[in-house]
Amino acid sequence: MSVILKRYKWAIGAICAFVVFILFFPGYREKSFTSLTTQVQTMLLVIPPIFILLGLIDVWVPREKMIRYMGEKAGAKGGLLAFLLGSFAAGPLYGAFPFAAVLMKKGASFTNILIFIGAWSTTKIPMLLFEMESLGKRFALARLAIDIVGIIIIAYAIKRIVAQKEIERLYHAAEELV
Amino acid sequence: MDTYILYGIASLGLLASFLKDRKKTLAALKKAWKSFEGILPQFLVVLILVAITLAVLDTATISRILGERSGIWGVLGASLVGAVTLIPGFVAFPAAAALLAGGAGATQIAAFVSSLMMVGVVTLPMEMKYFGRRVAILRNVFAFIFSLVAALFVGWAVRI
Repeated sequence: MSVILKRYKWAIGAICAFVVFILFFPGYREKSFTSLTTQVQTMLLVIPPIFILLGLIDVWVPREKMIRYMGEKAGAKGGLLAFLLGSFAAGPLYGAFPFAAVLMKKGASFTNILIFIGAWSTTKIPMLLFEMESLGKRFALARLAIDIVGIIIIAYAIKRIVAQKEIERLYHAAEELV
Repeated sequence: MDTYILYGIASLGLLASFLKDRKKTLAALKKAWKSFEGILPQFLVVLILVAITLAVLDTATISRILGERSGIWGVLGASLVGAVTLIPGFVAFPAAAALLAGGAGATQIAAFVSSLMMVGVVTLPMEMKYFGRRVAILRNVFAFIFSLVAALFVGWAVRI
């Protein structure tokens, strides 16, 4: 029991905060409930396929293959593959994190994982098409171009700044998370 | 729309896996559940954070903030609003398009869209669980700074 309580302490805290919020700001009550319902619906809709895919990758993709295609020695091809994987993904950014864990577990390099996260966050193809439609081709394509540069710079910068030991710790933790 | 793609890929994968090996498929589903349950506490926190932020910063309020200020403060404000909100593109893009049509600056709108997509303050509890505090915070800080650079570039590219 106490284990569960400990794991969920932040969640319980957040629920309490939510209750306090709607008690102190009754004006936001209705909107809070609407947005909570919308969020729950979105998450319930998005979560099952993401975790099913993650489970399938974990079971079917051999570690050697992942290391060969996206590992430390995969070179530019690994980065490109990470970028394409992220760009063809669908769903909100929080869906990318569990995926990153399975990639880590299978031995993809940290830089490639960061590229994957970057691509998922901002260069998703379905979204790009929609962005071109609503904000114009020039706007969307200019953003795409600068984003590709940014994703790569951010990935390499983080990899450089963060100690190798910390990265190893994350990889170790990922084994437990998937 | 993209949810359908996700479901399509997941069902195809599941079907192929099931036809090939039932036991492995079951193992995959168990893994799926285990990883989901593992992140559930953080998920709940994110859920509530998003619900509160979006109640305060609803689309109308965001549009007002983005429409009000211009210049460097407008761009910075737009980036900040984008950083703390979590809105799917199919809601954000039409809203942004309406603002553009209403005379808002492209730089500002680009700052908002970029940081909305790359920076996730409310999803930090989840990101930290997978990436650790240091990497998660670094990524978000870099993404925030970058969203300003991207905004200037897009603003310039739209003007030429």
